[in-house]
Amino acid sequence: MMALRPDLAVIAANVAPGARVLDVGCGDGALMAALRDGRGVDARGMELEPHNVAECVARGLSVIQGDADTDLAYYPDAAVDYAILSQTLQTTKRPDLVLDELLRVGRKAFVSFPNFAHWRVRLSLLWHGKMPVTRLLPIAWYETPNIHHVTVSDFRDLVALKGLKVEGAWFLSGDRAISDAAANWRAEHAVFLLSR
Amino acid sequence: MASAPILTASTVLELAAPLPLDGGQSLAGVRISYETYGKLAADKSNAVLICHALTGDQHVASPHPKTGKPGWWVRMVGPGKPIDTDRFFVICANVLGSCMGSTGPASAAADGQPYAMRFPVITIRDMVRGHVALLDALGIERLHAVVGGSMGGMQALSLAANWPERAGAVLVIASTARHSAQNIAFHEVGRQAIMADPQWRGGDYHAHGKGPEAGLAVARMAAHITYLSEEGMHEKFGRRLQNRDAKTFGFDADFQVESYLRHQGLSFTDRFDANSYLYITRAMDYFDLAEEHGGRLADAFTGSTARFCLVSFDTDWLYPTSESRNIAHALNAAGAPVSFVELSAPFGHDSFLLDVPALDRVIDGFLRQ
Repeated sequence: MMALRPDLAVIAANVAPGARVLDVGCGDGALMAALRDGRGVDARGMELEPHNVAECVARGLSVIQGDADTDLAYYPDAAVDYAILSQTLQTTKRPDLVLDELLRVGRKAFVSFPNFAHWRVRLSLLWHGKMPVTRLLPIAWYETPNIHHVTVSDFRDLVALKGLKVEGAWFLSGDRAISDAAANWRAEHAVFLLSR
Repeated sequence: MASAPILTASTVLELAAPLPLDGGQSLAGVRISYETYGKLAADKSNAVLICHALTGDQHVASPHPKTGKPGWWVRMVGPGKPIDTDRFFVICANVLGSCMGSTGPASAAADGQPYAMRFPVITIRDMVRGHVALLDALGIERLHAVVGGSMGGMQALSLAANWPERAGAVLVIASTARHSAQNIAFHEVGRQAIMADPQWRGGDYHAHGKGPEAGLAVARMAAHITYLSEEGMHEKFGRRLQNRDAKTFGFDADFQVESYLRHQGLSFTDRFDANSYLYITRAMDYFDLAEEHGGRLADAFTGSTARFCLVSFDTDWLYPTSESRNIAHALNAAGAPVSFVELSAPFGHDSFLLDVPALDRVIDGFLRQ
């Protein structure tokens, strides 16, 4: 098996064995396959890109082609133990509403996103005065799927505003852990585990 | 021809007991004509039932006995193919009501004469009842998978809903859980074309040698349009003229698309019985899986233990993606493991029969589990 992306590895290590999981924006199914094979998880997925869905089905995963912005509405309340949204929040039209839906469908939700306040991003904007193109955000502003850039501090504010509980938070630079205090400067990735 | 059931070399199962029908009647002396490919495992766990579409037949991977054309899904079924006959025991049965060896309106009734319009109106579930009787006869309690495109997908869904213990996996391609008003409307055009043909004679054309071939051809022409995409048709024919340099200012087939449709219509009458066309289109129009289960589609699948996979095509306007997505959401609400994907292909509804490599990967991966 290929190594998981660092944020997915954090999620995979913190999902309870045997749980029911919905991976929203599951891509090619790498996390779902790891959860199924490694932790006996009943994993379902949702993915927008047809070639990714086809890839997942070819791996024996149950994935529905759908849009995180609209199609979570078709899932019953508390359908799964964990709803997972990895590297997808910043691509949705209304991240706040998607977050509500995640915690309706899942008893808990993992949310991971690239931190737009990472120092490289800040530096790039400060020095060049241009939208940053970095290792984690490699696509130019006009073609990036990331339409709602978000920072660790922004996300903490939204979580507080919604009165959600943070059950866990992990901050990563590459695959190294970054402390909470330094996260907004130094983390490339953030992973939050939330509940109501 | 349209006069007698086409005889095939297929194996025929004669049901010992009358087959109960949704219409309230039961049908005695039912024959199910079927083909198999590959070997049934000792524990009978590797059987895959393929359900054919409206005008399909059991010759999924063997030449058609009448036309000599290769089986209708040879690109998908065979040794090393996505539905791999080296691993699976593949069964395909001609549906009840058809004319390729299974009992239908052209079959002889108890009085020795063709049933014609005395044949009872049947449903998709009745067809599946026939399939289940065949599985019983073959000693297959649980299929590895049931697979179907178009009307075949309706049968697969009906089997999953009504005999949930009989299949471990259900693969539904370019299909729907209910016929829409538009679907019914196109079928009604076809039926009226057949019944408006004086040669139809209220269905009793068998003794007269000639059937309602003109009507059946028109029915097929109208239906054939619904199987193609606008874009695909434009690419294939455009406004090109058929073997001529200029319009003739007449009603001959000036355009290639006219010539093509006429050919499709005429060649169809060589291989299909007009009354069968009436009965099978009726069965499709009556199909509404939610209605059978108290009006809520999710309730159709509450007893299911199967895995599901639904595939639609972006250019299919006969059974558009919304129909498949609707089924996926219902299965989701019922808690069933379900995959759904809309594939991009230029061929409209017929895409499921044609060269779409992504479909091969999906089918192969789904059946491999």
